[in-house]
Amino acid sequence: MIVRILGEGQFEVADSAVAELNNLDAALEAAVDRNDEDAFRPALAALLAKIEAVGTPAKPDDLRPSELIIPQPDATMADVRRLLTDEGLIPG
Amino acid sequence: MGVMKRVTMVFRAKANKALDRMEDPRETLDYSYQTQLELLQKVRRGVADVATSRKRLELQVNQLQQQTNKLDRQARDSLAAGREDLAREALTRKAGIQTQLDDLQTQYESLQVEEEKLSQASQRLQAKVDAFRTRKETIKATYTAAEAQTRINEAFTGISEEMGDVGLAIQRAEDKTAQMRARAGALDELMASGALEDMVSGPHDDIQAELDRMGAGQGVDRELEQMKRELAQSEPRQIEMGDVSQASQRADDKTAEMRARAAALDNGAQPGSSDGASAEAASAATVDDPAGEPE
Repeated sequence: MIVRILGEGQFEVADSAVAELNNLDAALEAAVDRNDEDAFRPALAALLAKIEAVGTPAKPDDLRPSELIIPQPDATMADVRRLLTDEGLIPG
Repeated sequence: MGVMKRVTMVFRAKANKALDRMEDPRETLDYSYQTQLELLQKVRRGVADVATSRKRLELQVNQLQQQTNKLDRQARDSLAAGREDLAREALTRKAGIQTQLDDLQTQYESLQVEEEKLSQASQRLQAKVDAFRTRKETIKATYTAAEAQTRINEAFTGISEEMGDVGLAIQRAEDKTAQMRARAGALDELMASGALEDMVSGPHDDIQAELDRMGAGQGVDRELEQMKRELAQSEPRQIEMGDVSQASQRADDKTAEMRARAAALDNGAQPGSSDGASAEAASAATVDDPAGEPE
């Protein structure tokens, strides 16, 4: 499975790691929903660290789309909210 | 549904909307390729812009570094001259500049990271654009419009995701460089107006003026001391020279006395027998003569 960290490129991640990633992602989402900045930062850091630990960088000329996309490491909660709206951050 | 899935869906929706606009996918592949090339140009310009901002920041960091070095030197000079008050003033100013400097350095490092990230994003996009071009030619040559559709979808979605990501990276870099430019401009203005210069160094540098004044004062004192020493040394030399002339005068007197005595002895010895003492005295007078009486 291919996972993208925004600004960092794509990673190839074994399907067996998905459950673990989903757990970390649930914690991240809960923090965003509660508007809990203190929980948000470590949750994002933990998710990113996990992907980098279990994943390997995908070849840059791989044209496959990612199954999961994670906000960049220095993203704020406001950045994430804007990413989640259709008219949000993503250009074009 | 987690954050990852939701973000992915937003990216997919963007790609699908673009795909839906295409009537014959094969024709629009060329158009898509054009926009990819444009984005590639944009991201390269972005890398160049960040590099320009970084270099400008580097210049300012160097200028401030020189100023802190100067204040440090002034503090040492002041302390060496026994002016702790002046040294304290120099160090206080140095601390003010140091805060600015630390701040700039942090920004400099973050800009370096940004530059590196954008440069890598540019390389990744380049690789994908090249891959897309190859795929596009294959699809156009091999498949009918209907067959092409599904094959195009994946390639298009893949590259549009990359383009979305690069687009975000460019926006972030633009925001950062804009902030940096505003800051650098303000600092440049501050330096050009002389406000910072006045505070730190330059022609109106009061710490340097004080040090210079003290330096000049010390110079005068040193010269005075030197003159005093010279005067003190020249006096005993005159005494010495007086001694020498007195001594030579005494020697002259003695020689004359000796000569008179020798003559008297010569006269007295001639009628009588030979006198050892008078001969000795005469020879002594002859030996003394060249030294005692220069001709």
